[in-house]
Amino acid sequence: MDVGVRSRGARIRSAAFGYANVIPFICFALFPFYYMVITSLKNDAELYDLKAVPFLIQTGVITDHYRYLLAKTEFLTWMKNSFIISVVSTSVSLVVSILAGYSLARLRFRGVNAFGTAVFITYLVPPTLLFLPLSQVVVWLGISDTIWALIVTYPTFLVPFSTWLLMGYFRTIPKEVEECALVDGASRMQTLIRVVLPMAVPGVVCAALFGFTLTWNEFTYALTFISQSANKTAVVGVTADLIRGDIYYWGSLMAGAILASLPIVVIYVFFLDYYVSGLTAGAVKG
Amino acid sequence: MAVGSRVLEAAGLVRPGRLARIREWWEQEHVFSYGLILPALLLIVCLVAYPFAMAIYFSLSDYWVGSPGKFTGLQNFRDILGNEIFQRTVYNSFVFTSIAVAFKTVLGIWLAMLLFRSFRFKRLIRGAVLLPWVIPTALSTLAWVWMFDSLYSVVNWTAIRLGIMSPPGPNWLGMPNYAMTAVIAVNVWRGLPFFAIIVLAGLVSIPREYYEAAAVDGAGSWGRFRHVTLPLLKPVLAVVILFSTIFTFADFNIVRVLTRGGPVNTTHLFATLAYQVGLDGGNLGQGAAISLFLFPMLAAIVFLQLRYIRKE
Repeated sequence: MDVGVRSRGARIRSAAFGYANVIPFICFALFPFYYMVITSLKNDAELYDLKAVPFLIQTGVITDHYRYLLAKTEFLTWMKNSFIISVVSTSVSLVVSILAGYSLARLRFRGVNAFGTAVFITYLVPPTLLFLPLSQVVVWLGISDTIWALIVTYPTFLVPFSTWLLMGYFRTIPKEVEECALVDGASRMQTLIRVVLPMAVPGVVCAALFGFTLTWNEFTYALTFISQSANKTAVVGVTADLIRGDIYYWGSLMAGAILASLPIVVIYVFFLDYYVSGLTAGAVKG
Repeated sequence: MAVGSRVLEAAGLVRPGRLARIREWWEQEHVFSYGLILPALLLIVCLVAYPFAMAIYFSLSDYWVGSPGKFTGLQNFRDILGNEIFQRTVYNSFVFTSIAVAFKTVLGIWLAMLLFRSFRFKRLIRGAVLLPWVIPTALSTLAWVWMFDSLYSVVNWTAIRLGIMSPPGPNWLGMPNYAMTAVIAVNVWRGLPFFAIIVLAGLVSIPREYYEAAAVDGAGSWGRFRHVTLPLLKPVLAVVILFSTIFTFADFNIVRVLTRGGPVNTTHLFATLAYQVGLDGGNLGQGAAISLFLFPMLAAIVFLQLRYIRKE
């Protein structure tokens, strides 16, 4: 926004202004995570000492809370469940969405606009509108209280979202490429898989990342459809099952929150740019 | 077709096999299109449209967990409309949504404009700012529960040391208005990155020449913001605000983890009250009736999106 040439002093002042204003936002964004880490590494005596400084660890770093979590709780089972659920439901949704997205973005047929609108509307439907009837649907399907309840229901929000996202990517691919392939004798399916899909790889990666993140983070359905501890996801397990009675064991709770967020953080660090572009392209649920 | 193939056969040409005929049928553009869209369509019909119809049926019957009840008309709606907790929830939903969305919009524009400046570590800063939006909300909210603890709250500790609060400071999650403030604060914390990143994309797309022209005309930085930035951001802002409104209105995670609707049912939103009544209490009929109150807002937003946004 800076216009024209400016003096060195003005530039320094402007930079100082920028940093001075952006730093509070960064602190606000990151402080809860810092506090999680600090809490998970502190011993209980210091954690519940009103005279201690909460920002620091003064009596030594301990890993007891993590060891307790891994040895005495079902945390690893919850992580395994989350992985299976996220990978399976994301993969299935991705296939369904690639087919639907390509068809809606590229092919001409009667009702294409109506279908597009239907996908868009489902994309806007919040899961909290449907969780009560769905809790009965999974009972009738006989998959209540198993990880299948989530594998089957997660595509209800993943497919509309990924389809919407992928439609945008498919539209950017020049039509001539497809026409060439068809003229050369490729079938429509071959054209999609061998010609169009390779050109839409960034979109597919983006949809996969968001799919994994949305399913890993999902809370409402996971809390509603599953009650036995061994079938819970990491997010629900940590939130619901580490609190015994009404007592919060903050050390192990925060250790659990960190470890359960870790897969998402790792993916996020490697694919930050995809998250930013996907967010802007799809105007994702937020 | 049948005649055609017999003629071909008589002429001594190869008769297309069944497989080839299926392939020919499948290669037609409309057949192929419907084929591709079928799985998604089945999913939407069976697991979105059908449950929605069920929700309506539940809301019109006295359906309890494990015992399908009979049709009772609008009785559930009459019951909840007369219920004080529900009335409080309606009020909460509008207060919560309007305040949270207003904060996210104003702070989001401000943060986006800051991020738009050139910084060293630009990518790192953006990454840090977006983090609250990526991490599982239920888990980060758990950290906020601890930060608002009645005895060991780090928020109060800091504010007391800075002289802003007198000890011991408020019991955040134990008093209705403070609990609502806490819920809004956490929602803003989580939703702000979404606003900032999308508005930032909007800022990037504004041609620099507009600012130069405005500067030549003597506009100051406020004038440029008011007459260049804001009007050109309008479409982007409309999209984010509509999106955010529906998902803030339908929020479940933050309230469920932070306050569970408490103290004494004063911070419920439709989704958390529906959960409490429908699943904790087992009254699916009434729970469904409560969650259906999300629908008018959804319908209004869908209408606005389709009418004004997707047309552009």
